[in-house]
Amino acid sequence: MSEQESSSDEIMSSEEEEQQQKEGFSYWNLKDVERGQLPPHIRKQGARVHCKPDAPTNTETLQYSGSYASMGVDNSLRLDPFRENFRIKVIALDKDKMEFDMIGIDAAVANAFRRVLISEVPTMAIEKVFIANNTSVIQDEVLAHRLGLIPLKVDPRLFEYLSANDTPNEKNTIVLKLHARCNQGQPRHTVYSQELKWLPNGSEFAKESEKPDSKPSTYTSFSCSQDSQPEFAGNPISTMEDIIVAKLGPGQEIELEAHAVKGMGKTHAKWSPVGTAWYRMFPEVVLLDNIEGEDAEELMRKCPSGVFDIEDAGNGKKRTKVADSRACTLCRECIRGDEWEKRVSLHRVKDHFIFTIESTGALPPEVLFTEAVKILEAKCERVITELS
Amino acid sequence: MVVVQGDSMSEENVVDHLIDKQKPAAAPVKSAVDKFQLLPEFLKVRGLVKQHLDSFNYFINTGIKKIVRANDRIVSTVDPSLYLRFTDVRIGKPSMVVDAISEQITPHMCRLSDTTYAAPILVNIEYISGSHGRKEKMIKNDVVIGRMPIMLRSCCCVLYGKNEAELARLGECPLDPGGYFVVKGTEKVILIQEQLSKNRIIIDNDKKGNINASVTSSTEATKSKTVILMEKEKMYLCLNQFAKKIPIMVVMKAMGMESDQEVVQMVGRDPRYSALLLPSIEECANHGVYTQQQALEYLEAMVKRSTYSSSSAEKQENRALAILRDVFIANVPVRKNNFRPKCIYVAVMLRRMMEAILNKDAMDDKDYVGNKRLELSGQLISLLFEDFRFDFSQYIVRDSITNGLERALSTGNWDVKRFRMNRKGVTQVLARKVSGPRALQPSQWGMLCPCDTPEGEACGLVKNLALMTHVTTDEEESPLISLCKCLGVEDLELLSGEELHTPNSFLVIFNGLILGKHRRPQLRRAGKIGEFVSVFVNEKQRAVYIASDGGRVCRPLVIADKGVSRIKEHHMRELMDGARTFDDFLHEGLIEYLDVNEENNALIALYEWEATPETTHIEIEPFTILGVVAGLIPYPHHNQSPRNTYQCAMGKQAMGNIAYNQASFMSLVSIIRNVLFLTSDLPVIAVRPYGLATLPFASRLDMISLGLVRNATVAVMSYSGYDIEDAIVMNKASLDRGFGRCIVLKKYTCTNQKYENGASDRILRPQKNEERERVLDDDGLAAPGEIIRHGDIYINKESPIETRGPLKSAAALADVKYRPCAQIFKGTEGESCVVDRVALCSDKNNNLCIKYKIRHTRRPEVGDKFSSRHGQKGVCGTIIQQEDFPFSERGICPDLIMNPHGFPSRMTVGKMIELLGGKAGVSCGRFHYGSAFGEPSGHADRVEAISETLVKHGFSYNGKDFIYSGITGCPLQAYIFMGPIYYQKLKHMVLDKMHARGSGPRVMLTRQPTDGRARNGGLRVGEMEKDCLVAYGTSMLLYERLMVSSDQFEAQVCRACGLLGYYNQKLKAAMCTTCKNGDKVSTMKLPYACKLLIQELQSMNIVPRLKLAEA
Repeated sequence: MSEQESSSDEIMSSEEEEQQQKEGFSYWNLKDVERGQLPPHIRKQGARVHCKPDAPTNTETLQYSGSYASMGVDNSLRLDPFRENFRIKVIALDKDKMEFDMIGIDAAVANAFRRVLISEVPTMAIEKVFIANNTSVIQDEVLAHRLGLIPLKVDPRLFEYLSANDTPNEKNTIVLKLHARCNQGQPRHTVYSQELKWLPNGSEFAKESEKPDSKPSTYTSFSCSQDSQPEFAGNPISTMEDIIVAKLGPGQEIELEAHAVKGMGKTHAKWSPVGTAWYRMFPEVVLLDNIEGEDAEELMRKCPSGVFDIEDAGNGKKRTKVADSRACTLCRECIRGDEWEKRVSLHRVKDHFIFTIESTGALPPEVLFTEAVKILEAKCERVITELS
Repeated sequence: MVVVQGDSMSEENVVDHLIDKQKPAAAPVKSAVDKFQLLPEFLKVRGLVKQHLDSFNYFINTGIKKIVRANDRIVSTVDPSLYLRFTDVRIGKPSMVVDAISEQITPHMCRLSDTTYAAPILVNIEYISGSHGRKEKMIKNDVVIGRMPIMLRSCCCVLYGKNEAELARLGECPLDPGGYFVVKGTEKVILIQEQLSKNRIIIDNDKKGNINASVTSSTEATKSKTVILMEKEKMYLCLNQFAKKIPIMVVMKAMGMESDQEVVQMVGRDPRYSALLLPSIEECANHGVYTQQQALEYLEAMVKRSTYSSSSAEKQENRALAILRDVFIANVPVRKNNFRPKCIYVAVMLRRMMEAILNKDAMDDKDYVGNKRLELSGQLISLLFEDFRFDFSQYIVRDSITNGLERALSTGNWDVKRFRMNRKGVTQVLARKVSGPRALQPSQWGMLCPCDTPEGEACGLVKNLALMTHVTTDEEESPLISLCKCLGVEDLELLSGEELHTPNSFLVIFNGLILGKHRRPQLRRAGKIGEFVSVFVNEKQRAVYIASDGGRVCRPLVIADKGVSRIKEHHMRELMDGARTFDDFLHEGLIEYLDVNEENNALIALYEWEATPETTHIEIEPFTILGVVAGLIPYPHHNQSPRNTYQCAMGKQAMGNIAYNQASFMSLVSIIRNVLFLTSDLPVIAVRPYGLATLPFASRLDMISLGLVRNATVAVMSYSGYDIEDAIVMNKASLDRGFGRCIVLKKYTCTNQKYENGASDRILRPQKNEERERVLDDDGLAAPGEIIRHGDIYINKESPIETRGPLKSAAALADVKYRPCAQIFKGTEGESCVVDRVALCSDKNNNLCIKYKIRHTRRPEVGDKFSSRHGQKGVCGTIIQQEDFPFSERGICPDLIMNPHGFPSRMTVGKMIELLGGKAGVSCGRFHYGSAFGEPSGHADRVEAISETLVKHGFSYNGKDFIYSGITGCPLQAYIFMGPIYYQKLKHMVLDKMHARGSGPRVMLTRQPTDGRARNGGLRVGEMEKDCLVAYGTSMLLYERLMVSSDQFEAQVCRACGLLGYYNQKLKAAMCTTCKNGDKVSTMKLPYACKLLIQELQSMNIVPRLKLAEA
């Protein structure tokens, strides 16, 4: 894994850049670079994605630590500078959404967190549905599919995976019951997800026994009640509320038992703990020219997300300034047209990620992230042990 | 030629209210009245199947009575005073007779029990009973002569005039428009047949390039075809009844026109016409025909002698005259032997032919829509009914009307015995290999859809009606005729030949009949005559054509006075408020129906602001030129034309919810629909909803309230290499969450047979110890809700071993031996289905009939076919995990990825606009519209406006997003065109198609492996595959494929005679049949098919001898 030398500071002063722009770029005009350093344009290529009007360039990161070995530059990842530069800034956090800045890290690592969050952080989700009665219009399979997608508000870390030859027990299965009926003469009844009731003692449905004399068994074999465990004592397991499960007409009834097990998003999206998790690279908007007067106002009008603002340049003149580059959605309105392309330049900072996690409700988003880190750590450890 | 019908419904619809009141920002040049709302109103009144219902209703109420009245008397050939007369005929209420008790039926009952939805045909009869002097007139009412299949929602149907709740109670979907039949449990539509106009003069070239004028006459009593032909400058009459062509002047003379001068006058005194007529007149003189008598004698000689004409021998001398009276131009009636109208008619025909000779433009175009008539279900059924009735007496007993109608409807074979010309039917027309009738005709504009036609064989022959087309039914003629007289038409009788063609006068031709002439024709619009009567002036022919016959296509147009539309803003407001209906517009003369011929007299402006003072009419909405299916394509006017045609064919394969009552359907073989989170999406980019579009049978798809598949977020980019050749890459998480799921329903039927000896099948309680009896209930039938797998028994049935012999007594029946005959479910291995519904009913023979509906829920898999609404189909190439999928700056991950190579050659710009508009739609929360040609009138959003919306919401104006790769985490090196497109899942799924076999069944005759998936057949190494193997020189592989693995056979061949012998099991030696010994018999291997060929040749007296040599 490689990590280029990075800082979130400006790499080239705007004057330097401006000068370059004016003269036209030529390698012969470049100053000599000291050994052990990269020339500024290469450094810029490594640190910024340039979002040109037709296509973005310099999108990839360095794959190899010895890419610039001939120039005496080693860009392998060193722990100490990484530790110094790496920062996390939480921007917004509530119970199911978090936005934070992750600075000083390679895209590959940031992406690894995203991928782990989506597909490898386990949750509990309904996997088996035992339908005793379903006279509603919605078919059994469709109903089961819908139930599967309902998020359960339960910490999956308290449970084990149910493997193929395990019997369902209190350690690996949560049993929920749904019994809804719309009586004759009543108006149509909408079944919501909160009508799923937790059965801490396991299944209540008796299994059809092969031998008539054997004692009746159910579909689970709980050795003790789940609510006797300290984690669930005053904290019954529930589902996400207000999700419509089915609609019942008069005389229709649904009676079923749903068994939830632990699983991962890569098996089925219902086990994904996030609605989605994603990042975007930090936007950087650079003005290549002094934009003043009418043009300044036009530029401000152009941008739908309010990136630009007008400052007073003294003597009553107005000048554009970049007020909120973070708000840039890359609509590229500000660089539409040849002329504007020369005056404004849009960039993305390659080691600054604005990360967003939208939790489905099983775990709060900050916990999800730490879980993801732990999973990635465990994976790395596995690689190390395999290699050594 | 066939016209397929696209149908729809006239229901006010929920989504109509959802239409955003804010109009897209496309302001037309002149502020015009938005007439869009007229369309849903039109469909509300007329519905898309109204013409079928009208036609059927006309037949039931009027047509059938006319037919019966036309030949209502059956007279005994022995005693003419014995007769049977039908005084009245009518159709009763739909009912079924079960055990002699008549029972009311509903269409849904028929679907479930596989019976025909039919009503009794009741007649009142009057007959003479008794014999030998004592004759008594008897009257009997309500005699059932047969059963008529009833069109759903026609005036005889139980559903007629029912409201939504009542329909639901009858088990019927309120959205179902009707217009079809239920025959033996299956739903059948009668396609509209296109035919050349009846009773009209058509001037055309024949194969040799000779000009001819033909009239296909059709009256209640006869149908005939008259052709007048111009050959070598002389004119002849061709009629089937005459053996040879007859000089036309002879015919004129036979009809009493002895004076040549009068004929010339009738044709017109222009010397050019006389010059053309001269050779014909000369020829007549050459034949020595000068008087009527001579002419008739001449004709008499020409009459074809039918072989069995002996009985009418006494009438022989009158035959020629009779033919001229009854067959020759049969549509012109001859009253009291007055042949004058016929003569004038012939004169007009001659004049038209001469005009055509002098001026090629006067030729008629057979493909011109104005010369076509569409025959609807009512007319077609009446044709059949007439035919069955024709030989009534012998049919009435044997239920032939019932069976005949049922057979015609269920097989589609319309055999009409009476008129030989109709027997050839559709196939004959299809065989025509000329391009003319297939090409798009300019006169189709607004009447027939320019897009919706199948590809290949039937291309251009099968057509679809446009959205607002109406097909007329017959109207009463006599009031119109008297009206014409009142308006100053001078009667033909009173005119001399000379006066006929005087300048400044116009001939008035009513339904192909010359009424007379008028000196100052003026156009109409008094509003007193029927809305569909067509009046049309042909300046060239100096004739006014009035038509009230059935089968003309016409469409509504807004009337303009000197270019100003009669519909004003307040009219539309009243319409919106419900204070005004479409019919009010008609009655007040704001809108009128024009047929194709009338359109020639009109100047129609597309938009109000394009109207000039000469404009007489304005289109309601330009996109009504498209049919129902093509009308569902967004932005079709931006697509390459064939793409729209492909989509029209593909839209019918898409899955959707058929109807509200689909759950209770047992009759459909397979109902396919999608089940996405209970409902499917409405398209974000919709064509403005114009009421409901429902297509019965082909597949009913109803975009608006029932939905098709999904709004998929599509990224147009390359991904993984599994997206070549139009394949699409799908997101696994989307599929997990329910994208593109569907339910496939299959029906299985099993009857509990009763046998002639009184024994019958029985269903047993299962022993429950076998795995495959798992799903059975105690009654021996699989219970609804059970999961059923391949190989499971679903009916535990046993059949008696002995089924023949005399009827057994109850005691004897007790010890009948049974053999197991369990019904085993044959599904796909590894897939589990669910028993959805079990129905028990009795069939026609009163046997117990058990019907199973088995349901299979499927999620999309690799190989399933999807398509957008722009004729861009593709299979799912691979399914990729969500984390590997690219994502945008806003965290949006596409549902599917489409390869950009799909665009350049297809040129489906409409799809791009749909994506763009869809993206704008979801970001601003408003439906966007893409109706065809809708930009000027504001019914389609312009790209500029869409781009503005996109920018406002922070997207790029061109719809391209900055995307990160899900695999590397880096941004992609291009901006990706991404947004929602409405995707349909098509009914072709791999699960139904995948097939492979090792060893398996063989064909009995050739011993080669069977063919086809249904028979678990092998995959053929065909001619070309063989050539490849030959080219590679892989002889052993060839030997193995073509012989060892196919039909290897060990044959005994006699080296002496070279013929096949046999292996004698007793002697344990090979023998030659011909040589009667086994001395020189060798064993060899050859394909069984080869051995078969040798033997078949032998049976034809050809002796193939095998000459064997040591290898």
